[in-house]
Amino acid sequence: MSEEYSLEIVNPEKSFLLKDDVTEVVVPAYEGEIGILKDHISIISFLKPGIIKVFSKSGDDSYYVNDGIIEFKNNNLSILTSLILNLKDIDKGKISEIQKSAEEELGNSEISDQEKYLLDQKIEVLKSIN
Amino acid sequence: MASLDDLKKRISSVKSTQKITKAMKMVAAAKLRRAQESAEKGRPYSDKMNNIILNLSGGISDIENAPKLLSGTGEDKIHLCVVMTSDRGLCGGFNTNIIKKAKLYFQKILDEGKILKIITVGTKGYDQLKRVYGDNIIERISFKESKNVNYFDADKVGKTVIEKFENKEFDVCVIFYNQFKNVITQIPQEQQIIPLKTTDEETNSSDDNYEFEPEEDEILSNLLPKNISTQIFKAMLENSASEQGSRMSAMDNATRNAGEMVDKLTIEYNRSRQAAITKELIEIISGAESL
Repeated sequence: MSEEYSLEIVNPEKSFLLKDDVTEVVVPAYEGEIGILKDHISIISFLKPGIIKVFSKSGDDSYYVNDGIIEFKNNNLSILTSLILNLKDIDKGKISEIQKSAEEELGNSEISDQEKYLLDQKIEVLKSIN
Repeated sequence: MASLDDLKKRISSVKSTQKITKAMKMVAAAKLRRAQESAEKGRPYSDKMNNIILNLSGGISDIENAPKLLSGTGEDKIHLCVVMTSDRGLCGGFNTNIIKKAKLYFQKILDEGKILKIITVGTKGYDQLKRVYGDNIIERISFKESKNVNYFDADKVGKTVIEKFENKEFDVCVIFYNQFKNVITQIPQEQQIIPLKTTDEETNSSDDNYEFEPEEDEILSNLLPKNISTQIFKAMLENSASEQGSRMSAMDNATRNAGEMVDKLTIEYNRSRQAAITKELIEIISGAESL
């Protein structure tokens, strides 16, 4: 039995990635990382800033995402995100730019605890990439 | 009859106008292709988003506690209209069509005794609306500096709308934009984004059981603001494709008209030149005869 399913990553501008030989995807869901294998139960979840790891027959990839929603249904995984970057050809300058703006925002005292948590996460992940 | 010199000047001025409109048409055609591409590429995102929301909202049993963005405030008093137009002119009936559609809606709202608030996106819309509805315009946004339509601009508009909603500044939000059908046809649209309107046929597809993480309500209340930005982004993409399409056909018409005008003027010019020559000949001949 094949263990592959299809993955589609879309951002508002375009369909970012389309693969149908994915064996496992690890996503940074809101309440912790989730690894999704074939025949996973239908799920909708949120992403926090983090790394998406895609394992497929044609090679493995990692991506940084700012936020997003995932939907898994009938062995189709859709990931919707506003910002996604491939770690392979990532631009260090861009990373530090995002990091800087996140740190600035964190300095703003009017944000809620939830936002603070997300920003903390973001900075942590970005640091680990850089 | 105008003198030969005048005609010559007019012909050359029409010709240079024609050159400009021709160049504008070419530019619009190139831009249109790109805008159309990005409009098509943007569709999967908004479609998927819509699907997920429909799946979610179908699963919500407790309507009373549903997020306000979905169910509305329960009132229908203050309407916020987001009118999306272009920043540049010379694009045929593009802006006028949106404004016309919007004005009809405004009139309806005002006739029903409700309160109207307007946000204009793009300077042309503001210019056309400020005279009659100047007092109703609460905000004007323009993205003249950004070259391409991008999501962050749309997000800005979306955040503004949501902020106003949370401050209870309005009950219903409608956006106006042009939907791109093809180069010749753009259909002005009004779309209600708050509260979210779901059509019946689509909600039927949501009988699957999903696992949610975190809880449904939390996902929904996080997702809905995103959906508003997405819808606005979609509208902006459609709008920019429509704008370029509309400009292209307008400039095409202008170029053709200029060509016709040049033809007419050239005939007139040749005729009067011929008349002048004939007149001179007659003068010479009758002068010779009288000798």
